[in-house]
Amino acid sequence: MATSVAERKLTMARAISEAIDQAMTEDPSVLVMGEDVGPYGGIFGATGGLYEKWGSERVLDTPISESAFIGAAIGASAEGLRPIVELMFVDFFGVAMDQIYNHLAKNYYMSGGTVKHPVVLMTAVGGGYSDAAQHSQVLTGLFAHIPGLKVVMPSNAFDAKGLMLEAIADDNPVLFAFHKGLMGLGWMPSDDQAAVGVPESSYRIPFGQAAVARPGRDATIVTIGAMVHRAVRAAEAVRDRIDAEVIDLRTLVPIDRAAIVDSVRRTHRLLVVDEDYRSFGMSGEVAAIAAEEALDYLEAPIRRLAVPDVPIPYSRVLEQAVIPSADAIEAVLTAWARGA
Amino acid sequence: MTADEARAMYRMMRLIRRYEDQMAEIYVEGKTPLFSIAAGTVPGEMHLAAGQEPVAVGVCRHLRPEDAVTSTHRPHHVAIAKGVDLKRMTAEIFGRQDGLCGGKGGHMHLFDPAVHFSCSGIVGAGFPPAVGSAMAFRRAGDDRVAVAFAGEGAANQGTFHESLNLAALWHLPVVFVIEDNHYAVSVPKAGSTAIAKNSDRAAAYGVPGLYVAGNDVLAVDEVAREAIARARAGSGPTLIEIETSRLYGHFQGDAEGYLQAGEKDAWRQQDPIPRFRQMLMERNWLTAAEDAEIEAAVAKEVADAVDYARQSETPDPSTALTGVFAAPEVSQAS
Ligand SMILES: Cc1ncc(C[n+]2csc(CCOP(=O)(O)OP(=O)(O)O)c2C)c(N)n1
Ligand SMILES: [Mg+2]
Repeated sequence: MATSVAERKLTMARAISEAIDQAMTEDPSVLVMGEDVGPYGGIFGATGGLYEKWGSERVLDTPISESAFIGAAIGASAEGLRPIVELMFVDFFGVAMDQIYNHLAKNYYMSGGTVKHPVVLMTAVGGGYSDAAQHSQVLTGLFAHIPGLKVVMPSNAFDAKGLMLEAIADDNPVLFAFHKGLMGLGWMPSDDQAAVGVPESSYRIPFGQAAVARPGRDATIVTIGAMVHRAVRAAEAVRDRIDAEVIDLRTLVPIDRAAIVDSVRRTHRLLVVDEDYRSFGMSGEVAAIAAEEALDYLEAPIRRLAVPDVPIPYSRVLEQAVIPSADAIEAVLTAWARGA
Repeated sequence: MTADEARAMYRMMRLIRRYEDQMAEIYVEGKTPLFSIAAGTVPGEMHLAAGQEPVAVGVCRHLRPEDAVTSTHRPHHVAIAKGVDLKRMTAEIFGRQDGLCGGKGGHMHLFDPAVHFSCSGIVGAGFPPAVGSAMAFRRAGDDRVAVAFAGEGAANQGTFHESLNLAALWHLPVVFVIEDNHYAVSVPKAGSTAIAKNSDRAAAYGVPGLYVAGNDVLAVDEVAREAIARARAGSGPTLIEIETSRLYGHFQGDAEGYLQAGEKDAWRQQDPIPRFRQMLMERNWLTAAEDAEIEAAVAKEVADAVDYARQSETPDPSTALTGVFAAPEVSQAS
């Protein structure tokens, strides 16, 4: 978490748009395109104010032609621009996946390192507000699976700004996923913990460095994004019985193996919490890292909480049954506290 | 067109309007004083189609229950006109167990196979499945047709062009209907589309393309009748673009700051329902008493559907974990 003493609190949405604005000021090759990123300011406010300041030459509303405008970022970046491309919801990327996973992600490698694509793909993830199966997914595991894409998901405004500036400066394609429930939008429930002090100056947070969201000695919870705050709340609720450490990965690619391994070696217990689908994703990856490098230190089987391989259902009670809750995290910790 | 037919169309338009107005009211239930998308009787996004009744009614009136329709994130008008069970549709929107999908789908994902209706929250997603339904109908050797409805914004999606080409190449019984309500969220048509009329794009695929101006149900009726008859007769696909207007925002809660001054007022003044009523009355096809009867009847139909939804139980949370695969179930859960 931010150790900065900045007093100015920003929502995550404001922190992201400020980061983009600063990058646009520093580097004329940075531009933004996507659906409703212009006068509307982005459905989730991530491009608020940019159109008014930079105009339609550098903040471009696009048709609903994702293959075309995401693919266009490939050529534009090869020719020296640094596009930030927003596609509202991560769920919508299916229509443009070929441009992403066969080209954007691979061209650097296939070209023997001669072609670079400094592109940021920015998108909203997550559920919890009854938007059903095509508007509530996280899907970061899908992108992290593809060699050549970096994957970033901040849990708070300080990290969001620093990670966005790093993403824009990076010479590789970066998927920047922000959780809708962290953005500080008036019309959507938002976790208070996400709005934190953010320095006005421009700063970068290097990828691959996890943050300790809560230090602890008895168990390790590895998580990312909105689940960080749930994990911290659960850990606080049972602090008298078990002292859990919460690790915020911040980036899935690259992943901070050392942070995971060091913590597990100290605490001897690992719970992975992910709002993405369980199988073949982050939770399995983190468990594998622990098994590879800290197996002898584990005193209990690794536990995972994630969406149990079902589409996100619409009805509130159904949705609540599949998205990992603070209660479910607490239950795992409590069982461990009882000696399980 | 007989007076009875015209009155039936009018009644259907009134039913849709009543439904959408009722949904707008119910949507804010539990969301005041502070609006939260997650709160209330009906949470999540809500895209209403008031103003777009002529499209749904003018087209679907030429369809039979066994014809297939795909719709969009803004599906209620088409669903109602296609004959989707109003009670079970409403229960689905309420997330209840008696809903069309047991509460798993919601307002953007309504499925009613009894009348071959489906929709999707992904823009442009409905074109290819309609082509596929048309393939199946042709193979079955009968005269069923498929109709894909989508917004003007969706006509810039690759699926639109690929599907038109495929349908034309294979000469399939499918009709593409573009609902031109001038905007895709905040982006006006001219800001997203290189030509003024998507219907002109039909020329690129060698199929007829027709633009219906004025949000006029009778004009839609005429063009749709011919296109659907062509498809049934085995003469191939047609593209129809219909000018219409979106009387609510893109979604409920949309502040619509992007609209031009007076734009919404102009649409309201051109509201297709009062215009149609006036026309019917001038032709003596509708009396004031009949109009009142229709109003009462559609209000009751909607109220009954809402009552049904309210009385339906919320689903058993454990059902969230079943039904990912058709039988036999596969579980990867530990
Ligand atoms: C592939 C995809 N991209 C973007 C979106 C987000 N989105 C939902 S509706 C919409 C606008 C659609 O406009 P139009 O097709 O004209 O339909 P209308 O809303 O006007 O009925 C957009 C961009 C989406 N759902 N799917
Ligand atoms: Mg539209």
